Amino acid sequence: MREELFVSGRNIPNIDPYLNIWHWQIPIYLFLGGLAAGILFFAGVFFIMGKEHKMRATVKIAPMIVPFALIVGLFMLFLDLKHKLYFWQLYTTIRLESPMGWGSWVLMIMTPLSMIWSASYVTEIFPGWDWKFKFLKDFESWVIKNRIFFAWPIAIYAVILGIYTGILLSAFNARPLWNTSILGPLFLVSGMSTGAAVIMLFSKDHKERKIIGRLDILLIIIELFFITHLFIGFRAGSEAQINAANLFLNGDFTAPFFTFVVILGLIFPGLLEIMELKGYRIPIYIPAALILLGGLIFRFLVVEAGQLTRYLY
Amino acid sequence: MRYAMAIDTRKCVGCSDCVVACQTENNVPIGFCRDWVVEVIDGTYPNVSIELRTERCNHCDNSPCVRCCPTGASHIEDGGIVLVTPDKCIGCGACIQACPYDARYSHPDGYVDKCTFCIHRVRQGSDPACVSVCPTKCMYFGNLEDSNSKLVNVLKNRKFKSLAPEAGTKPQIYYLV
Repeated sequence: MREELFVSGRNIPNIDPYLNIWHWQIPIYLFLGGLAAGILFFAGVFFIMGKEHKMRATVKIAPMIVPFALIVGLFMLFLDLKHKLYFWQLYTTIRLESPMGWGSWVLMIMTPLSMIWSASYVTEIFPGWDWKFKFLKDFESWVIKNRIFFAWPIAIYAVILGIYTGILLSAFNARPLWNTSILGPLFLVSGMSTGAAVIMLFSKDHKERKIIGRLDILLIIIELFFITHLFIGFRAGSEAQINAANLFLNGDFTAPFFTFVVILGLIFPGLLEIMELKGYRIPIYIPAALILLGGLIFRFLVVEAGQLTRYLY
Repeated sequence: MRYAMAIDTRKCVGCSDCVVACQTENNVPIGFCRDWVVEVIDGTYPNVSIELRTERCNHCDNSPCVRCCPTGASHIEDGGIVLVTPDKCIGCGACIQACPYDARYSHPDGYVDKCTFCIHRVRQGSDPACVSVCPTKCMYFGNLEDSNSKLVNVLKNRKFKSLAPEAGTKPQIYYLV
């Protein structure tokens, strides 16, 4: 039997009795970042493939919410800072070793890119729109002519942004639950799936929904595979990692994780999408909302549970 | 120059004098601490062994807190001392997540605070406050590269361990067992 106790007392708020320095803001930030990455990836790729007009919601409409998602996400990150007035220090250094450092630079590039991309479609989607100033109109027509030079960086940076939301957590070896390289790809795939869900909500074209729906089923299968892979890796790992996995396999997080993430967030909406492809009429907002909710809860659970896992005490 | 500390778990009586000395010397806000004392009890009565040890930042050679800092506020000073520059710290909490020893905390003023090895005292040639007040003299502070120092001597002649070496941080606080 082994017992460890703090003789001197160590009543440090947010660290004792368990670490909780990151609250609700971080999972929302990760969710919105992944969602934005998913939407932009599809927008960029389908534009490059020349499907701009066939995939109207994917390329033109859904990306319009991305700047808002990124701004809200960045605001969440700002809310999480404890030394808020010094936030500009993020942009005085380039530190490639720090995921949060290069992530903030990726967002610095991605947010204006997504703004330019969606602004270039505003007059097409809202015919009454007027940019008022001549230089804005000139800039708009320049962007419209050169969209391909925006599509490539958007598609590439979207993948980096999606992976970053996972690497932000996986770079901490002090938190065994996060410290796995599969978390980057897992969050990328999950983010793409939530992005596809948003596109399906906006799309009124049956053919487009079918294409995105098929892609989403594939993403869900990959995600389920990655989740299995995650736990296989943990179970074969060190004691700290086995304990971390047990939080999800046989602990406090088992019920919410399997109910809201695996079953209601992945398997059930996946089945609904398969049924829709087979010709059943299913209101699209049901699987889409379930995927979005599942993705959000997944990030809440991972951020919360990761902070419970540690090497000592 | 490589500053490090050796702590004799067989001499420590768990009086927490080091904790109070640190709080006083460094003006640590009430309710927080940069060092603390842990009691580890192994076995069941009557076969019980007890280990007392005072813990703090390990001023790691491979410090994850410095690596993950997005602004460079967490940095390594001469002699391997890990420090935080309050005016560069944005309070993102990444270093707190990165530390396997939970040795950092968020100061009420917003920045992240931690043990400094009392660098202000060390630069003047004194020991850190915790070391200098210890009534059983169970702590040895010094330069690992100085082969004549008490620290190196005690590490040569005693068995020692470090905390969570499996985290890969190369901690520089050695516990004599």
